[in-house]
Amino acid sequence: MFIASLVIVAGLWELYKWLGPEDGGEILGWPVLPRTGDRSMPHTWEMVQRLFDPEVRGNDRPIWFAVAGYAWYTFRMALAGLIIGSVFGVVLAVFMSRFRVIERGLLPYVIASQTVPLIALAPQFAALGGNWDLPRWTWVAALGAFLAFFPISISTLRGLSSPTPAALELMDSYASSWWMTLRKLRFPSAVPYMVPGFKLAATASVIGVIVSEVSTGVRGVGFAALTYAQAATSDPAKVYAAVFGAALLGLAMFGIVVAAEAVVMRNRPREASA
Amino acid sequence: MSGGSPTPAGTANVVAVDGASMVFNEGASNEVDALCDIELVIRPGEFVSLIGPSGCGKSTLLRLIANLLSPTAGTVLVNGKSAHQARVDQDYGMAFQQSGLFEWRSVEKNIELPLELKGWKKADRRARAAEMLALVKLSEFSQHMPWQLSGGMQQRVAIARALAAHPSLLLMDEPFGALDEMTREHMQSELLRICAAAGTTVVFVTHSIPEAVYLSSRVVVMSPRPGRITNMIDVPLGDDRGEDTREDDSFYGLITEVREALRASETSDPVGGSVRGIEDR
Repeated sequence: MFIASLVIVAGLWELYKWLGPEDGGEILGWPVLPRTGDRSMPHTWEMVQRLFDPEVRGNDRPIWFAVAGYAWYTFRMALAGLIIGSVFGVVLAVFMSRFRVIERGLLPYVIASQTVPLIALAPQFAALGGNWDLPRWTWVAALGAFLAFFPISISTLRGLSSPTPAALELMDSYASSWWMTLRKLRFPSAVPYMVPGFKLAATASVIGVIVSEVSTGVRGVGFAALTYAQAATSDPAKVYAAVFGAALLGLAMFGIVVAAEAVVMRNRPREASA
Repeated sequence: MSGGSPTPAGTANVVAVDGASMVFNEGASNEVDALCDIELVIRPGEFVSLIGPSGCGKSTLLRLIANLLSPTAGTVLVNGKSAHQARVDQDYGMAFQQSGLFEWRSVEKNIELPLELKGWKKADRRARAAEMLALVKLSEFSQHMPWQLSGGMQQRVAIARALAAHPSLLLMDEPFGALDEMTREHMQSELLRICAAAGTTVVFVTHSIPEAVYLSSRVVVMSPRPGRITNMIDVPLGDDRGEDTREDDSFYGLITEVREALRASETSDPVGGSVRGIEDR
C-alpha cells in the first residue's frame, strides 16, 4: 500500500508538471498554481538520481549517505526529546489529575506554551545553553520535548480520569491507597488514551528538533535542508534529498510508537484500541 | 441461630447496623432522605437479601456496611469493629452488577488483585487464585482475558475475586442483574454452593423476589423515600436447595408472602402506587 501510494504521488507530481503552466498561473485572479519549471519542480527521477551523486563536487560521498548521517543525528535528538517530553508530560498529567487545583491553574499555561513561536525561541534557548556549558544539541532536544509533552500530558490526563465509578469503588472497597489505585487501575486504564498522544508526540518532537536546528545551526537534517535550499537555483533536486530524509525520519519515529503500541496493547480487546 | 455461641458479646454479629440514617446533600435544595433509622443485625452464616423498589436505598445500605459511604446518623459495626476498620482489614469482599474485571489482566491476575493490594507474595497469590478458580469451576480459563469469557463466567470470576482473601462477609449488589434467566438460576445455585463451602455470610441486594427467596435465609423488605425496613421474612427452605426447590409449594408460598409484604410497604407510602422496579419472575 505504501509503495502504491508513493507511485501515485510521484505520478501526480509528473502529471501536473506536464500539464501545468511553466511560470505559474492564476485562477480567478489568485496566483495559486505553482510554477512547473525544472527549477521549481524537478523531475522525480532527477530527485532520486541526485541521491546518488556526491554532496559537494570533488567529494565522492553520495548525498544520501550524508543525509542519512544528518538524519541519524536528528533522530537521536528527536528521540531524546520524545523521552524527556514523555516523562515530563506524564508526571504533569499525574499531578493535574491528583490535584484539581493544579489542573485549573496549570492547564492554561500548558496550552499557551504551545503557541510560543518556536523559531524565535530556539536561539535564546541555545544562548542559555552557552551559559550552563551544555552542548547545543541538548537544547535542540529540549525544544523537541517542549512540543512532545503537550499531546502526552493532555491524553494521559484524560486517560487517568477514565476509570468508571464502579472500578474506583472497587479499589475503595480494598482500602487501596492513592498510589496503588494509580498503579493498578488509573495507569492501565490510561494506556489506550496515551497511545494516540504518543503518536502525535513522536512527530511533534521531530518537527521541534528540525525547526530549532535551522535557527541554532545544529547540524541535523533540518540544517541540511536549509543549506541545500540555498543551492536550489543551480541544483534544484538537492533539497529534496533532505526532504526525503526528514520524511523517513518522521516515519521511523512514528514506527517506534506503533511497535510499542503493539506490545502494550497485545492483550486488550480490539475495540478499546481505537 | 447462634444463640448458644460461646463467642464474646459484640463479636457474634457479623453486621450490626444501629439507628443508621443517610441523607444526601444535607441542607441543600436537592436533599435526599435515602435511609431512615435502619436497625439490622446479621449473624454468622446468614444469607440476607435486601429487596425493595428502585430508590428504596438498598444499595445505599450495602454501601454503608461496606464503608463506601458513612451514615449521617447511627453506627455500623462489622465483625464488632467500625465499618472503616473492617474495610481496612478487608473483612468483606464485594461484587457488583457489572463484573468490573480489569480488561488488561488475565482471569488469574484479576483474582489476585485484592491479594496484591494486601502485599501477598507471588507464589501465595498464585496458589490462592488456583484454589478460587477451582471453587468457581473455571480452572482451565486462568490465562484467558476477561473479554474472552461469557457474562456468567465473568461474574463467577468477580465472585472468586471477592472471596480471594477469604473474607467472612460477602456483599453483593445485584450481581446477576445483567444475566439472562437461565444463567441467572445456574449462578444462584453456584453461589449457594460456593458460600456453603467457604462458610461465608452474605448480604445480597436484588429486585427479584424469586431470587431473594431462593438464596436467602432471611429477606429484608424495604420501602422508599425515606428508605426503611418494613418487614423481615425468614425463609425456612433448609440448607439443601436445588432445582426442585424452585417448584416446591412452600417456595411459591414464600414468594407470595414477600410480594404482599412489598405491596404493604408501598401502600404505607403516601405517594405510592404500584410496586415499581420489582420482578415477579
